[in-house]
Order: sequence, then structure tokens, then C-alpha cells
Amino acid sequence: MDLPVPADHPPLSAATLVAPPVAVTRSVRRRVAASVWSRLRALLLGTLAILVFLGLWQAASVNHIEWFVRFDNIPAPSTVALRALTVVPSAAFANDVVTSCERVFLGFSIAALLAVPLGLLIGCYKPMRDLLFPLCELLRPIPAIAWVPISIMLWPTDWQSIVFITFLGAFFPILLNTVLGAQRIDPVLVLASRSLGAGEVAIFREIYLPGALPAVFTGLAVGMGVAWVSVIAAEMISGQSGIGYFTWEAYSLIQYPDIVLGMVAIGLLGLLSSAAIRGIGRLAMPWLSGE
Amino acid sequence: MSKDDAMIRTKGLIEIDHFGCDYIGDGQVTAAVADVSILVRPGEFVSIVGPSGCGKSTLLNAVAGFRAPTRGRVRVDGETIRAPGADRGMVFQQYSLFPWKTVRQNVEFGLKMQGMGASQRESKARTLLSIAGLLDFEDHYPDRLSGGMKQRVGIVRALATGPKVLLLDEPFGALDAQTRVIMQQILTNIWQRLRISVLFVTHDIDEAIFLSDRIYVMTARPGEVKAEVPIDLPRPRDPDCMMAADFLALRRELVTLIREESLRAMGGELAGGLAGIGVTADSGSLADLL
Repeated sequence: MDLPVPADHPPLSAATLVAPPVAVTRSVRRRVAASVWSRLRALLLGTLAILVFLGLWQAASVNHIEWFVRFDNIPAPSTVALRALTVVPSAAFANDVVTSCERVFLGFSIAALLAVPLGLLIGCYKPMRDLLFPLCELLRPIPAIAWVPISIMLWPTDWQSIVFITFLGAFFPILLNTVLGAQRIDPVLVLASRSLGAGEVAIFREIYLPGALPAVFTGLAVGMGVAWVSVIAAEMISGQSGIGYFTWEAYSLIQYPDIVLGMVAIGLLGLLSSAAIRGIGRLAMPWLSGE
Repeated sequence: MSKDDAMIRTKGLIEIDHFGCDYIGDGQVTAAVADVSILVRPGEFVSIVGPSGCGKSTLLNAVAGFRAPTRGRVRVDGETIRAPGADRGMVFQQYSLFPWKTVRQNVEFGLKMQGMGASQRESKARTLLSIAGLLDFEDHYPDRLSGGMKQRVGIVRALATGPKVLLLDEPFGALDAQTRVIMQQILTNIWQRLRISVLFVTHDIDEAIFLSDRIYVMTARPGEVKAEVPIDLPRPRDPDCMMAADFLALRRELVTLIREESLRAMGGELAGGLAGIGVTADSGSLADLL
């Protein structure tokens, strides 16, 4: 591997021409080298930990370690990787992934569309807060998964009841963060907008909505995480499809490598979803991104 | 131009008439402002100074329409103030720029609320920003500006809708001394150009003298007008005039007036502490002591 020394000459500026050129070039080069090395080192160290983890796991599985925990039936990473070559391209697996994504997307979207306006209303208007907050506080501590039996009875199809569970999981984090975001808006900004002629609707749209947006996106990120937890749990309990069902089914059918494949897929989907939320957040709130 | 001038000069009369305001807290009614009458003539620059807690910001908020009077009346051009409105521009100490709007969008806000079209308000905002020397920063978010620049944007935003009066609540209190002097000159220039009535609240006596035609000194809570001091220093004034003898004489007069009130406000607190070292806490002897 090449040493992290910049091959190109650092770009010359007007300042470089005034100051002694050799010294400046050297110090610039040294600083660039230092920053490249620091990033490379972070990458190497991170990779090292992952490799050690996979290596220990591989060794434990291959040698059927049984020392308090039992690696007897745990598939080795190499087995999982081989199995992935046949499972991942299959239509059934793709179908399960798409089904879960649909459920999360739908449940999460409904939650966001209801929780954000409701949270703003609760945060802005005291009568709304007095009316709705006690009800929210009553329902909020109940985990979405605890709703599974009721949900199955409530909704005609499995698909609907799982979307409902996902919706419940996402709803409360989004609601609560939006309420807090609206309440934390500097009251002087509301005064300023009033003195510039803003009415109630304009204040809601121009002040409360953008002012609460950072908190809303925090809520969306948390809500997205809980939506995935909820959909997986609901699919494991009551589903006939989806990546959570796939993972549980693999256990029932003694297709152990598929369990790990399901887990990896769930992890990746969660990662992509939260990255998407962050990306949308950056686009929606350009004033927060620094230089 | 001269016709416009004449028209503008007849507008912006602020009448605060036997104004009183109570706060309710802990089931108790406390008078913040007892009985205050203040007049700002069209085109006049008037400051209110006084010890902290004397209710000077309350007065400004009443003119802005944020707070209804408990007693008395507040009128601008003969109309009783009932709600906030764009005919009275307000500048806050904490800048209060909308962080999610660019400099230009902040300036455009009042025009947008009036229903002005996007292209029209953009050109108007850009004109105002270029006068204030802020055009290069029109697309910046407030977060990236210095305190002085933020407050310039705050003033431009308050003026964009063409208000009859400009209300400023300790606008330069958070700025460093050098920036403050520059901002005072900028404000003077704006005021002289627009001939707008200004009601200015500050605790900085030099600032009040430098800027004002007249200064009202408030008593300690519950606030009343203790004195009305006309400032007859010639204009244009430059920062050097702060060293002149007439300026210093006014300063001495105002400092004495305010110190009496500050001591009265602190009288209760000081009485206990000073009694122990054998000092009586009536304001006269305290003023000699401090």
C-alpha cells in the first residue's frame, strides 16, 4: 500500500508567493499528509475491529465452541456469505424485503402526516394541549408490539394490522418531538412576526413550522427506527410475509444461515432509511448546514 | 421629494397618555408602570432611560401592541393601539431574525405579509440591503453574521414596510463598544434620512444623549416619569461630541437622576447589608457613599 503522501503539489495562492515558498509548501504538505493519515488510520482501525469480530465468530462457529454460550448451531460468516449468493437474488427474498419496506413506508408516512400537524397544534395552542396531551401520555408508554393482539382483532387483514403496528411505533416519537420543537421556539420570533403584520396562519406556517423542523426531524429519525423495530416484531408474530417473517421462518425451518441474512438485511434497511431521513433533513433545513 | 417629506413629517405621533400596567403573579397584583405620559412628535427621536425593572420595555411593548394597558391609552396618529402591526417597526435586543430565512427573506417578511409579489419584494429588499451595505450577504443565513450585521438586518427588516414609527428595545445592548458606536451612527443616518419618529429604550446614558432629541428618565418600579431632559446638542453629531463640555454636563445630570432611582430600587436590599456597618439607607447618604 502507498504511503499517504500527497502526490500533487499543493495549489499556490497569492500568500504563497509573498512568503518564502519552500517553507510554506512544506508546512502545507505536512498538514495535508497529517489529515490524510488521520482519516486513513480511522478507516484502518474501524475495519480492523470488524475483521476481528467476524474472525472470532468464524472461529467459534467452525470449532463448535460451547462455553456457556453455544455456537453449535450458529452459522459461520463464510456459510452465510455462500448462502447469500443463492438467497439474495431470489424473487421470494426480494418480495419479503419489498413487503417490509412498503409496510414501514406506509405506516411511517401516515404517522408523520398525522403527528407533525397534531404536534404543532398541541405545541402552539394551549387548549389543544389540554385536550390531547393527557390522552397521548396515556397511550405513549404502551409499546407498539403490545398492540399486536388488539391490532389483529381490529383490522380485517394481516397486512393492515402490521401497518397499524408500524404506524403506532412511529407516531409517538414524531408527535412528542414536534410538540417540544414547537414549544421551544423563541417567543420573541413570534412577537417579531406579529409586529411585521403576520396573522395566525402565517405565524403557523412561517414561524412554528420551520422553527420546529429540527425537532421534527429528530422525531422522524427516532420514529423511523421504532417503525422498523415494530414491523419486524409484528411480522415475526403475525405475518405471512416480510423480512421479519423471513427471519423467524428461517429459524422454524432450521435454515440457520437465513436468520443471519435476515438480520443483515434488517440492519441495512434501517441504515438506509435513517440516511434518507438525514438527507431529506439537510435539504429541508439549509440554514443548519455549516460552511 | 419635498412633498413626500412634508407628508411624512405629519405622521408618526406617539401619545402615551396616563399609561399604567400591572402584572399578576403569585395571586398578587404588582404595578410595573404606575402612571406615565410620554409624547413623541412626528420625526422626533426620543429615548427612555431608567433603572432596570422600571417598565421601560413595557412601555415600548404597549406601543408595539404586544401588551394592553391596564390604565390609560396609547395612540399613534390618534389611533388607539389594539394589536401589533407593520405601521410600527420593532427592533429587539436579541436580534430576533428568523434563523431559517436568509437575510433577504428576513427583510422581505413584512412585505410578504402585506401580500406583495415575490419579484417586487425582492427588488425592494435588495434596494434596502444595498443602502445598509448588506447586499453581499443577502443569501446568508443570520447564523453566519456578526452581531452588528444581525442588528442592521433587524433594523432594515423593521423599516421595510415603511412604518410610521420605529421602536427599539435596547437594540445595541449585546454589541461590543466599538460596534455600538458605529450602529448609533448608522441609526442616526437612517433616522435623518427617513425622518421617522423613533422611540428608543436603553440603559446606556451616552447612547441616549448621542441619539436623542429628548430623554425621559423613569423612576424605579412602579415606573413613572421622573424627568424629561431635552438634548439641544447640534446635529449632525459625531462620536467626538461625547467629550464636549455640554455633553458631559447632560451626562452628569442624567447619571445623577438615574443613580437616585437605582439606589431607591436597591434600597431594600442594601438597607439590611449596610445597617450592619452603621450606615443609614436613605438614598441621599447612599448617593454620597457610592
